[in-house]
Amino acid sequence: MWQPTASLEAIHARARLYATIRQFFAERKVLEVDTPVLSTAAVSDPHLDPLPSRYEGPGAAEGTALFLQTSPEYAMKRLLAAGSGPIYQLAKAFRNGESGRRHNPEFCMLEWYRPGFDTVMLMDEVETLVAAVLKRDDFVRISYRDLFRQRFEIDPHRASVAALRSLAVQHLGVTFDDDDPDTWRQLLLAEVIEPCLQQPTFVYDFPASQAALAKVYEDAQGEAVAARFELFVNGIELANGYDELVDGDEQARRFAADAEQRRRLGKAVNPSDPHLVAALRAGMPACAGVALGVDRLLMLALELDHIDQVLAFPIARA
Amino acid sequence: MASYSTNEFKNGLKVMIDGDPCSMVDVEFVKPGKGQAFTRVKVRNLKSGRIWERTFKSGESLEKADVMDQDMEYVYTDGEFWHFMLTDGSFEQYAADEKAVGDAKQWLKEQNVCTVTLYNNVPLAVAAPNFVELEVVETDPGLKGDTAQGGSKPATLSTGAVVRVPLFINQGEVLKIDTRTGEYVSRA
Repeated sequence: MWQPTASLEAIHARARLYATIRQFFAERKVLEVDTPVLSTAAVSDPHLDPLPSRYEGPGAAEGTALFLQTSPEYAMKRLLAAGSGPIYQLAKAFRNGESGRRHNPEFCMLEWYRPGFDTVMLMDEVETLVAAVLKRDDFVRISYRDLFRQRFEIDPHRASVAALRSLAVQHLGVTFDDDDPDTWRQLLLAEVIEPCLQQPTFVYDFPASQAALAKVYEDAQGEAVAARFELFVNGIELANGYDELVDGDEQARRFAADAEQRRRLGKAVNPSDPHLVAALRAGMPACAGVALGVDRLLMLALELDHIDQVLAFPIARA
Repeated sequence: MASYSTNEFKNGLKVMIDGDPCSMVDVEFVKPGKGQAFTRVKVRNLKSGRIWERTFKSGESLEKADVMDQDMEYVYTDGEFWHFMLTDGSFEQYAADEKAVGDAKQWLKEQNVCTVTLYNNVPLAVAAPNFVELEVVETDPGLKGDTAQGGSKPATLSTGAVVRVPLFINQGEVLKIDTRTGEYVSRA
């Protein structure tokens, strides 16, 4: 069990991929930054669980609770508000409870922010990078609504919980119940639609209820949607991007709403980040940002189907 | 009754689903980056043998199935039941019906040790040993000299099973058979 689970070939390929990424951003004058992995605040997202840690020592005689980041988003936005300009980071991110063929609780995330970009411009840039790494040129783009219309002939924004659930029963044999339409939308997307997205596919305009930290706007059909996109390749979720929320007050409201939902779900409500709200209130430039799973990109590049095959030491050998 | 939650799901776990004992043959963790976690499980119904998939929400749990694999020696059949005896020295016997014996029937030789799956203490399935040695009771005469070239013929074994064997095999010979594939391996 002391040996790595990744082949030496995969370990070399990772080093080459990091070099490619750094060169890609150097050419575009995007600054590499490094922010702390530990924070006194935790992610607010109802479905992300942080790994707790603890510091004791000078400045904290009684000890202080810290959380490992689930992504470098909050800290990078504070840099943007401080006037950093375009930035990127290759960061370790940590998510409790996530382990499987495509998940390891500790993983590598590439996250970048582009002041002045909208989601279309950022999708173009993601496409350029991923196309170069995977040598693919068959990218397509489709709205969340059209994706569900094509597969199920329903409008995902307006379909009832009962209609969504009956599709899940029909396709996936589920027996549980849930009154949150997003549970069913996420399940149908992840398990029925996603495996069919073999061609690199950007899905955009998510339901407003899944906005997370994206702006919400009204689309051509008058539906409030999130300015958010995701990229899928070979049936794998690879990247998630936003036209970033820059309104500090709205950010504070979303933190409160997330905390309320976590309470309803019976999950721990962790301290939210006052620094992020303060930074947004001080003024963050309009920008688009995206996070991309580097381990999954490497899996795709090497045509491997288990994340352990690209990690030196996955959680079971950590 | 003991139960297992999604975090305990793994291959080989025996659980009750829709009132039947099932064995998990594949477990996959599914989670959209910003969404809920699910567990997709492929299960085999131990009664019907049917394999199907079902998705569970993280935190759901399933009741443990009272299913146990035991080593037992095959003793005899009365035509309706196949009788097995525990190898632990207790001489305790169990009778398996035709459905439980299934495909293993054609490989059962007295005194061979099989794996018998008990559900609520009743045989549910029987797995023959991976390899058995059985005598040829009927086949066309062997072709002298043809020991390496291809070509095969059917041979009926002492248990009634019919397997493809090389042309050089004769009636009365004892052969080693792989019961998982039903294929001839070698002369015993």
